[in-house]
Amino acid sequence: MAAAGKTHATRWGVVNVVVVLYALFPVWWIAALSFKDPGTLSDGSYVPRDWTWENYRGIFATSEFTRALINSIGIALIATVIAVVLGTMAAYAVARLRFPGKRVLIGMSLLIAMFPPISLVSPLFDIERIIGIFDTWLGLIIPYMTFSLPLAIYTLSAFFREIPWDLEKAAKVDGATPAQAFRLVIVPLAAPGVFTTAILVFIFCWNDFLFAISLTSTESARTVPAAIAFFTGSSQFQQPTGSIAAAAVVITVPIIIFVLLFQRRIVAGLTSGAVKG
Amino acid sequence: MSTTADPARGRPVLSAGAKQERRLGWLLCAPAVLVMLAVTAYPIGYAVYLSLQRYDLRFPARAEFVGLRNYGAVLSSPYWWDAFWVTLFITVVSVAVELVLGMGLALVMHRTLFARGTVRTAVLVPYGIVTVVAAFSWQYAWTPELGYLAELLPSGEAPLTEQWLALWLIVLAEVWKTTPFMALLLLAGLALVPEETLKAAMVDGATPWQRFTKVTLPLMKPAILVALLFRTLDAFRIFDNIYVLTSGAHGTGSLSILGYDNLFTALNLGIGSAISVLIFLCVGIIAFTFVRLFGAAAPGAEVKR
Amino acid sequence: MAEIVLEKVTKRYPDGSLAVKDVDLDIADGEFVILVGPSGCGKSTTLNMIAGLEDITEGTLRIGGRVVNDLAPKERDVAMVFQSYALYPHMSVRENMGFPLRLAKVDKATVDRKVEEAARVLDLTGLLDRKPANLSGGQRQRVAMGRAIVRDPEAFLMDEPLSNLDAKLRVQMRTQISRLQRRLGTTTVYVTHDQTEAMTLGDRVVVMRQGLVQQIGTPAQLYDMPRNLFVAGFIGSPAMNFVGASLSGGTLRTPLGDLPLDDRVRRVLERRNAPREVIVGLRPEAFEDAGLARETGGPVITATVDVLESLGSDAYVYFGAEGGPVTTAELEELATDSGARDTGAAPQIVARLNAATRAREGAPVDLRVDMGKAHVFDPSTGTNLTHQDGTAGP
Repeated sequence: MAAAGKTHATRWGVVNVVVVLYALFPVWWIAALSFKDPGTLSDGSYVPRDWTWENYRGIFATSEFTRALINSIGIALIATVIAVVLGTMAAYAVARLRFPGKRVLIGMSLLIAMFPPISLVSPLFDIERIIGIFDTWLGLIIPYMTFSLPLAIYTLSAFFREIPWDLEKAAKVDGATPAQAFRLVIVPLAAPGVFTTAILVFIFCWNDFLFAISLTSTESARTVPAAIAFFTGSSQFQQPTGSIAAAAVVITVPIIIFVLLFQRRIVAGLTSGAVKG
Repeated sequence: MSTTADPARGRPVLSAGAKQERRLGWLLCAPAVLVMLAVTAYPIGYAVYLSLQRYDLRFPARAEFVGLRNYGAVLSSPYWWDAFWVTLFITVVSVAVELVLGMGLALVMHRTLFARGTVRTAVLVPYGIVTVVAAFSWQYAWTPELGYLAELLPSGEAPLTEQWLALWLIVLAEVWKTTPFMALLLLAGLALVPEETLKAAMVDGATPWQRFTKVTLPLMKPAILVALLFRTLDAFRIFDNIYVLTSGAHGTGSLSILGYDNLFTALNLGIGSAISVLIFLCVGIIAFTFVRLFGAAAPGAEVKR
Repeated sequence: MAEIVLEKVTKRYPDGSLAVKDVDLDIADGEFVILVGPSGCGKSTTLNMIAGLEDITEGTLRIGGRVVNDLAPKERDVAMVFQSYALYPHMSVRENMGFPLRLAKVDKATVDRKVEEAARVLDLTGLLDRKPANLSGGQRQRVAMGRAIVRDPEAFLMDEPLSNLDAKLRVQMRTQISRLQRRLGTTTVYVTHDQTEAMTLGDRVVVMRQGLVQQIGTPAQLYDMPRNLFVAGFIGSPAMNFVGASLSGGTLRTPLGDLPLDDRVRRVLERRNAPREVIVGLRPEAFEDAGLARETGGPVITATVDVLESLGSDAYVYFGAEGGPVTTAELEELATDSGARDTGAAPQIVARLNAATRAREGAPVDLRVDMGKAHVFDPSTGTNLTHQDGTAGP
């Protein structure tokens, strides 16, 4: 019995290692590239022979990257805050209140979740040029928050449904005003859900490429994914491989941190909206 | 006193509370609805309008109404059809592979005896990572004289410059990136299968394979359909991976790439918008097919279990 | 502490459905009143209206002489214990119990003192710093009670507070609630679907069905003088047996045999113009093993024992009655509610006999019927004809 258990465990161990390697190898590979000096860049080895910060120093020395990083952080944060605030309001209504038109709202956000962004690129490009927000932060924040709203509404309304609403009644009977019941009881309970949603929305905005290259034309609003695609290398004769790898690692770090810290919540958030009774 | 309560007929009386609730509901949803309408409904309408114009940004003065002529031009162009078949190929193959792999991954995450947290964390990395970053990683891996994977091939070959090979590599990149998401959705479905039902099947003499196909799969069908629907629509709009890996060269351009090129390389808003509208219609048809044909329940709708 | 008065209180939902209709109820200061009935009878809605969690559509609600129809729960000064306990998961036991006091801006020293005091009464002292997630079901229940008593409110409202506990704990908590209520003397309205809880806890019991009050009375009144078929069938366990009968002269012809009415009942039936076809209700203890009967007289029937359950103190004997079951809307609802519908078994008569009975399964047994305990119901209205109006509640 013990032996059988042991082979069983070994088999799972092997499977787990394969899965982890599958998931992490491409990330490791680009990280390794980013630490290679230009001379050994093309040696194909998985571990840099001579570790160097050269590539990182290179990208942080140019405004092309630093500016893009600031744009990425600022745009994603602002879009996240707005989407989460609007999403929280709508999700609370969906989960808690009875009102006509609720199904329309759900249907509409579902439609938008399925919407091909490329279909919006041409009209938004034109509209934004006309009203003068093309190549600005606002020009990206608006589509980002819109496309992440359905995600926010689904995830949050699933979280809200989990809150035992008897608690709200209990608070009222305990002498709380509706505002107190919301602040002292509902908010502390909803906070984890809101936080999780914010992470998912942030990842969504952080990830976008199509809008970022379509609705910007200069450094003033270009985010890192778009900027990377336009990297040219520090000198004319050099491939930008090292810089791209370094920039890629920099924008991957926050994702890795989120995933490490909030693995459980992200899984719950991703699956809550999709499968529920 | 055993008369039954007569149900009050006629006009439903809305108490003050219900009216208040209704108003609050609308009030809370209004901002989200307005934003969504303003940023999607209005532009898509505008795209339809643009698609009926001859509108070349290089010659804005020559803009004029041309009816459906842009659509005619697009649909009779081999570029559209090449891109369409490429997109369809990538969508079908990658979603099919993801379903199988994702199911395996979901089973691993569901059943593994230890390191469950580590496995889930690792699996979330491909989901979370910026697509462009992953795409660059793959591109370098396949670039001769640079990447570890290119070395596996006969020397001198540049896989990303051959149509079929490149298409498969695009599928590979897409599968790597999105299988975890599929797996997580399927994992949630697996959690819905009661352990006791599986035990009952075991007692009834079902083999592991039979338990999986006769019990687990049918019970998680709703989750599978939702995951398929999500991923099919997502794969159909593939852009980032192709843009980085091949830029759509060598017959690897998807519809999204085609639309982008028409807008930003050819600067033809009219044609570009016609392509946008057509892609939108394709996505609508796919979604409709899923809901009608397979009865996929829309997430958020009341799923009956 | 205060009396609670409901006058023609009605709840109608926006879709037009009627949840509670014209409830009149006078709850004296310090009284323990139970609202009981099957699910959907409107008992919880009534409680929620008293708490202020649901609007009152029509009628008047007074607590301590004050009309509180339009007051928020906060201003009614009532405490409520929920079925789910509704403990705040992010607060410790101490914080949970002190929450109402802190909302009322009571100073911290007083809050601490009152919480400690309540914790001592409920034996929660050692648990004050735990979170609800780390408590057992019984402990959570007591915390919910504690949160109610710290405030010393005008009234306690309890919504099925024991139904999430296992059977043994439920009995223990039942006595504890009863003791606590007596000690504090706080007016209490208690909702349950369990008639045993209703009978053991309440000073008075309100039986509800489909939004209407069926009968209000002490447990003994409900048991001995049920006003209609529904109350008769709902109160008592095992439930009252019902058989169809036709009335001829002073005798009831039933599938069990002919049962002569006793004089008092006959006179009442005559005065009330009883119809020919009636329903007879006999509680299980109205039967007695004729072989062991201390008294003689009264009709004796013979039945073949189907199942015998020996409980040590008593023996339950089940036997069939020919002529099929009697059905009315009330009895249907009772059957559905008790789950009898789901067992699929034909309804049987149950008799509670002295444990010394010689009845054996499959063998006939002679049973003496105590006709003084028989009830006769009008099948069309469900009214109990045996008891004059007025003797069995309002």
